[in-house]
Amino acid sequence: MRFVSKAYYNYHRIRKAIVLYLTIAGPGIIVMIADNDAGGITTYAATGVKYGYHLIWLMIVLIPVCYYVQEMTVRLGAVTKRGHAEAIFESFGPFWGWFSLLDLAILNWLTMVTEFIGVTASLQIFGVPPIAGVVAVWLLMGVMVLSGRYWTWEKVALFFCIFNLIYIPAAFLVHPDVSAIFRTGLIPHFPGGFNGQMFFFLMANIGTTIAPWMIFFQQSSVVDKGLDEKDIAWGQADTLIGSLFTSIVAIFIILVTGTVLADQDIEDAAKAAKALMPANPTVGTFMAIGLADAGFLGAICISLSSSWAFGEVFGWAHSLNYKIKQAPWFYASYITGLVSAGLVVLIPNAPLVLITLFVQVVAVTLLPAALVFLILLLNDKETMGEHRNTPLLNWINGGIVAVIIVISTLYGISTLFPSFFG
Amino acid sequence: MRIARAIRSAIAKNVQTIHDINQRYANPRIKMSMSVRIALLMLRIYLLVLMILLAYKFYTILTQ
Repeated sequence: MRFVSKAYYNYHRIRKAIVLYLTIAGPGIIVMIADNDAGGITTYAATGVKYGYHLIWLMIVLIPVCYYVQEMTVRLGAVTKRGHAEAIFESFGPFWGWFSLLDLAILNWLTMVTEFIGVTASLQIFGVPPIAGVVAVWLLMGVMVLSGRYWTWEKVALFFCIFNLIYIPAAFLVHPDVSAIFRTGLIPHFPGGFNGQMFFFLMANIGTTIAPWMIFFQQSSVVDKGLDEKDIAWGQADTLIGSLFTSIVAIFIILVTGTVLADQDIEDAAKAAKALMPANPTVGTFMAIGLADAGFLGAICISLSSSWAFGEVFGWAHSLNYKIKQAPWFYASYITGLVSAGLVVLIPNAPLVLITLFVQVVAVTLLPAALVFLILLLNDKETMGEHRNTPLLNWINGGIVAVIIVISTLYGISTLFPSFFG
Repeated sequence: MRIARAIRSAIAKNVQTIHDINQRYANPRIKMSMSVRIALLMLRIYLLVLMILLAYKFYTILTQ
């Protein structure tokens, strides 16, 4: 009898925890899955084509990297109840504030262009012309924000997040060589040695996994959702689960392209999906759907992170809980970013794949600037109190910054002196 | 003429808004020491240099 009552008590305790988690869940999962945006899918697909399974270990290493960076935004947002842009202005003054905001605006806009590139390229596989793809994204995103509620937007975004997992069944369908995965994919090494191309792919993969927009987005999202200090642990769990999903999806994309398209002349996810169609139309279709979904998810999150940031700084009403009439500038900046980024994709003969890969590299190059401010904010005892960074967290995050600067420097050297690394 | 006036007015309004923002945040809460400020500035300049290199690389790939 005691066993039954104990089992019943544990069942209710676990059920309550799951319900509570599902209530809090959102910002962490959305930002991480949206992180597998069109640029990310393209980068992972290209990584698999170029290096097969050899860089799978990097995706595993990026799980804690992603988590430790993003969980800082949960604590900062829950404690300060302010977005990241406002926090920088208030704590460091207008000089650094404008620098950060300008960085974010330019990088976000470039990234949104890559999202539209992904959506249009994937829909073209199904015969949908680019203009129709662009207009479809505009309409969908317009409808999502018309509800005037953050919760509605979040639930719709979470629904689209599910499609990001489509690469998992795709990987099973191509029957990857499991022994080769364990033999070549899990031990850290750099196939082909250190050269400019390796640095480029390292930076692109890191830049697509942690990007400045994610810092601004998750913090603002935590604030817009109304999370409190007591919700921090759940927010961190949400972030950890999101980090796991991000890397799992990345690994499965690498498995698909690394298995079927290794060493072929394919440089992006849309071409990969097209190349897969003749031999395996199901996998090709999954790749195309996943890419379109990734582009859409990325676009809705990135445009929001910009609008939130500008709204915080300029003092506009800046919440999805407001209707358009109540927050006109917030929605105007949101729509302007979307429309202008979509129009770029329609320019004839634009080097879209090159733009996509380079934007990831630009993102990681500018990341140290965003991370340094984040770490400094998390060390402010007066604001953060018991939730400030521990010395261990400072070492971990400082180490991440140092590694990114080193890799960026090495890439810079390889650009200036191409033969330096062979 | 009216359009030019409207544009001038919008620009002036935005300049004033930026000025107000700069005033609002003129006294940063976290007091950074000179060495931290210099280090941050050096980091910024360094990252800008890397960005210029990236742009150069992008250009060379595009034109080859």
